[in-house]
Amino acid sequence: MATRLQFENNCEVGVFSKLTNAYCLVAIGGSESFYSTFEAELADVIPVVKTSIAGSRIVGRMCAGNKKGLLLPHTTTDQELQHLRNSLPDQVVVQRIEERLSALGNCIACNDHVALTHPDLDRETEEMIADVLGVEVFRQTIAGNILVGSYCQFSNRGGLVHPHTSVEDLDELSTLLQVPLVAGTVNRGSEVIGAGLTVNDWTAFCGSATTATELTVIENVFKLREAQPMAIVDEMRKSLIDSYV
Amino acid sequence: MAEQAGMFMVHQTVGSVLCCKCGIPMQPNAANMCVNCLRSEEDITEGLQKHVIIMHCPECSCYLQPPKTWIKAELESKELLQFCLKRLKNMNKVRLVHAEFVWTEPHSKRLKVKLSVQKEVHGAILEQSYVVEYVVQDYMCTSCSRIQANPDQWVACVQLRQHVSHRRTFFYIEQLILTHDAASHAINIKQVNQGIDFFFSNRSHAVKFVEFLGKVAPINHRHDKQLVSHDPKSNDYNYKHTFSVEICPICREDLICLPPKVALSLGNLGPLVICTKVSNSITLLDPFTLRHCSLDAAQYWRTSFKPLLSSRQLVEYIVLDVETSNIEVNAGGSKYVLAEVEVARVCDFGKNDQIFRIRTHLGRLLSPGDFALGYDLYAANTNDIDLDKHRGLALPEAVLIKKSYEEKRQRKHRKNRLWKLKSLNMEVDNTTKGRVDEQKMNSEYEQFLRDLEENPELRFNISLYHNRDYQPSEMASVTDGGDVPSVPLEELLADLDLSDEDMEDVEE
Repeated sequence: MATRLQFENNCEVGVFSKLTNAYCLVAIGGSESFYSTFEAELADVIPVVKTSIAGSRIVGRMCAGNKKGLLLPHTTTDQELQHLRNSLPDQVVVQRIEERLSALGNCIACNDHVALTHPDLDRETEEMIADVLGVEVFRQTIAGNILVGSYCQFSNRGGLVHPHTSVEDLDELSTLLQVPLVAGTVNRGSEVIGAGLTVNDWTAFCGSATTATELTVIENVFKLREAQPMAIVDEMRKSLIDSYV
Repeated sequence: MAEQAGMFMVHQTVGSVLCCKCGIPMQPNAANMCVNCLRSEEDITEGLQKHVIIMHCPECSCYLQPPKTWIKAELESKELLQFCLKRLKNMNKVRLVHAEFVWTEPHSKRLKVKLSVQKEVHGAILEQSYVVEYVVQDYMCTSCSRIQANPDQWVACVQLRQHVSHRRTFFYIEQLILTHDAASHAINIKQVNQGIDFFFSNRSHAVKFVEFLGKVAPINHRHDKQLVSHDPKSNDYNYKHTFSVEICPICREDLICLPPKVALSLGNLGPLVICTKVSNSITLLDPFTLRHCSLDAAQYWRTSFKPLLSSRQLVEYIVLDVETSNIEVNAGGSKYVLAEVEVARVCDFGKNDQIFRIRTHLGRLLSPGDFALGYDLYAANTNDIDLDKHRGLALPEAVLIKKSYEEKRQRKHRKNRLWKLKSLNMEVDNTTKGRVDEQKMNSEYEQFLRDLEENPELRFNISLYHNRDYQPSEMASVTDGGDVPSVPLEELLADLDLSDEDMEDVEE
């Protein structure tokens, strides 16, 4: 089920939060509404942790993680690191890595099985990713952009990529990731998917400027309507498959 | 670029995404919205003028461009479209692609212009058309209001005078003015005794006209002004300017006796000379020695001398015998050959035996039996101061000026000519003081036309038009072939006629 919200009147919720199947990180905002929306949705299932990374609020773009681990940039302070280690479940490995490109959220896009990374990432970082997150790493570009984390978001069930991605690229990525992919937009035509959307296997959060069409696309590709009765979902799936492939 | 380097490039097919607003599949673009949604979102004509007021003068159908310029334009013309577009503000924010008029009823006092503009929005270029409405308000322009207030008002006047008893020079100058379009700025032209008055609304137009006259005739001019009004606050003075222009009284075919000083300064040119050509300088020819010289306007007016005898006093002679000599001269474009001829006056011929042996410059043209026109000095009674100054001057009995085609013309009976001339729009002064005898005018005009036929160099600066009403007379076939000089067809210009049916008749 996709939810529309805002962080301090800004629609780029993917910047200020990081959602995985095992935990959720949110930024510390002026009002509690952002945090409370996440909590309302997720509190019984996974821990929702308020944090900052390297003293900044752009937690979504600074870290990369899945249910097995979390990678933090070298600029993370020791207190933050400790706080995260304490708050997150024990099976999640929290690791700070030395990498020149410190906005890991922009450079790495991953789910529980596969990760796409920035083509210029270091060898050691790549090995670290494979190790900590337990994923297969591929260096890729999306629609000619090297910041893969910014221009796509994918979960274990589906993925959304930059709207200008060509059909051949889409097929290639889909084969690599082994999930169905769709090119689309979020936040009323914005191409920066990673900033406008944050998603896990059963829920998604996107900016309040997202139109109904975009929301429908998101709910379908990430298969978020599974909780609903099957009949309606099947009907919708038929009509929607006609329109977007 | 990569393709030029020889790299293998996978063919990229552009996929389709859903429009973020309406959900229809479309090609991805910078805004990721389909064109209709984008158009509904953004109005690029916001902030542009849709309603403008323009001023129009009903008298001269001009449109006002503030602060002072009036532009003449017809309805739905290119100039009007340009003017309308100039009146729109804020047009630098968008790019104008197309503009055209939408038809409106002329009496509605509204002009509608449909514009198509382009603007970049969200990285995509949008094009939109809209209509601008112009309300036309009637407002009399300054020149029309000035004319309405006082139609006879002029600012500058050129008074052209020549103190001779005929109007040949004015006919010729009238044709020159028409050819060169020199009087296009004149608001009024008036014909008076011994001259023509030209009225202008601007001093510079009058100055230009006087300069034009200086180029075509030897003139002497002076300039005076009269104060009409004075604005002491802004120190504006309004004058009426008058240019008094006098043309020298020497005309073609005049017989002149040069004053002794002038004759000496011209190298002892025989005191009796004929004037052969007048343009902005006077060409004098001594018929007995075939010496010629030219005097320009300044030289003439220093020692202004009058002609002894002028073309009114020409008498007809019949040529009895011609003896040409070898002396041949080319003066001012015409060839002259010195000859000794025996002539008798036509009035004497057959009645008495009076024969004159004289020298003439027309040796090339004359043969026995021809008629010629000349000055009869044998019978003339002249009282000229300059003539008296020359002591011991032996006057010849006659001086021949030109060959006459009078007899042949009478035989031909050609009433109308193949060509015709245009005329200036002149107001004739009908008061008793200035009244010109109409019959005299007509005969002088006819003489002028004959002059044009006989002299090709006179026709040089004049435009002759093809006469559509020309009917060749039946008598033409009977008499001898063209001895009478006439204007060849190649010299005629087509008259500008805008009616459709005459278009086939146009010849050059």
